[in-house]
Amino acid sequence: MEAVVTDHPQGEFRRRAADRAMHWILRIIASLTVVLLIGIFVFLLKSGLRTFSEVPILNFLFGTRWNPSSFHEPLWGILPLVTGTLFVSAGALLIAVPFGLSIAIYLSYIASRRTREILKPVIEMIAGIPSVVLGLIGLLYLAPLIAKTFGLSNGLNALNASILVAIATLPTIASLCEDALSGLSHRLSESSWALGATRWTTIRKVLVPAAAPGIGAAIMLGLGRAIGETMVVLMVAGNSLAFPRSFLEPVRPMTATIAIEIREVVVGDLHWNSLFAVGLVLFLITFAINSVTDLYLHRTIRS
Amino acid sequence: MKRPPASVTERIAFSLFRLSAIAGTAILILVMVLLFLAGKDALSWQFLTAPWQHGDITKGGIFPAIVGSMYLGLGVIFISFPLGIGTAVFLTEYSGDTRWRRTIQLAIRNLAGVPSVVYGLFGLAIFVHLLTFGMSLAAAVLTLSVMTLPWIITASVEALLAVPRAFRESSQALGATRWQTVSRIIIPSALPGCITGGIIGLARALGETAPIILVGATFYLTRLPTSPFDKYMALPYHTFILATQHSSPSAPAYAAGSALVLITLTFVLSIGAILLRLQFRKKRVW
Repeated sequence: MEAVVTDHPQGEFRRRAADRAMHWILRIIASLTVVLLIGIFVFLLKSGLRTFSEVPILNFLFGTRWNPSSFHEPLWGILPLVTGTLFVSAGALLIAVPFGLSIAIYLSYIASRRTREILKPVIEMIAGIPSVVLGLIGLLYLAPLIAKTFGLSNGLNALNASILVAIATLPTIASLCEDALSGLSHRLSESSWALGATRWTTIRKVLVPAAAPGIGAAIMLGLGRAIGETMVVLMVAGNSLAFPRSFLEPVRPMTATIAIEIREVVVGDLHWNSLFAVGLVLFLITFAINSVTDLYLHRTIRS
Repeated sequence: MKRPPASVTERIAFSLFRLSAIAGTAILILVMVLLFLAGKDALSWQFLTAPWQHGDITKGGIFPAIVGSMYLGLGVIFISFPLGIGTAVFLTEYSGDTRWRRTIQLAIRNLAGVPSVVYGLFGLAIFVHLLTFGMSLAAAVLTLSVMTLPWIITASVEALLAVPRAFRESSQALGATRWQTVSRIIIPSALPGCITGGIIGLARALGETAPIILVGATFYLTRLPTSPFDKYMALPYHTFILATQHSSPSAPAYAAGSALVLITLTFVLSIGAILLRLQFRKKRVW
């Protein structure tokens, strides 16, 4: 490459200098992503860990009551919040996984090419519905419906939130399952048919098992989204600090707790720090989910 | 090809699959229709263009919230587009298959999975308090930009990888430096893809509410923001407050009206991006 002949030695020098400069500028810009991820972690850690100088970490993680603003006896147990998060995201996945997988199977094996090309963007558009809009639909329509169906005074509970969070995670799960299924080689289904299997047997016994790693990853990423969903649970989960026992009870997941309480606390006090600690727990859970999925996918791709 | 006849279970299963696909489409339509029914009474020219009235909400409009959301969107474009495309270029054109590249990719995937409320906490700690921007437009733009960055990078990497290898090799064979190749060949070829991906990311950022709650939008403004350090209103936050914390009997209709404007804005952006992509694909010579 050094042998390039040029009539303008000075222009040549400038050209090389610009090239080297841009290389470093781009390198610095790209490093920003790593800096941001570490920065988010460090800031959550810095404020969050201060909580534990006043509240023992075991009381924080396993305490069964969260009542930080009580004057007499503030309580800092996040177990009811974590349980609320688990209720809502488990409920959401129970709905969204079969639903999303069915859509993916339809799109990749049953629908005609034309139908698929129309339907896929439509499903992906659901991801474009802002979650505050889903929350509003929950308040205005789903809550009265649930209240009437189950004879409750209001329909703001874990069930309502689960249904709406399921809608929010549906496009992620459907789209990633579809990628996994249509990424399979045609030989698989053709061999199966050649052995006399019906289309249904082929889907059940050959294609879905073969796409299992991708489907698993789709479910994990859906779980991550469900755990992090804030607006829906803030608006329709019922916002109760009582320990949740059933889907028809109001809950207050971790994300909603942060969003509700952060504007009402004094900057830097124990309550403020404890909300960062809740954020830290959320960050670690989603980080773990992503990393496990990543490792798992890498391993299955390699083997 | 002749297959064995379908059994009863096969027929039931296939109808269920078809039904799910129909239900998925129905959800989208249902959300739009229900929202329209709830919000149609609030919609009017005055609703879109008048300043907000706190006392009697039926006398005012959501103009400041629309303007606020547009400022947020513009801010996010200016910050996360160049950074996102820059990072993507580094990843695809400069880094090779190094450990550093894999670290950056891992960071991007994890950033994409961080819950939006955690971005809000980060923005609150860094931009609002540490850098003392206060609850301003600047703090919100920076927070939303950080959140949007991984989406833009992912879309841009995809667009850059779609540019054929031969383009790079021909350019370098003519004696161009790597930067000349990138700036005159690669980026122009990949830009349509980067832009469409970016617009979809922007649409999602505009709908995000949780980070804005944390870094502090306002519900009531007497004048529009004129500097990045002013307070601001935003459509999603406005919808949220009207839906949950306003006592006026017409608040639900106004919340639905604001939500309609918001969802129209995000859908116009996303559909526009999809159409743009189709258009570019048709024109593409490779």
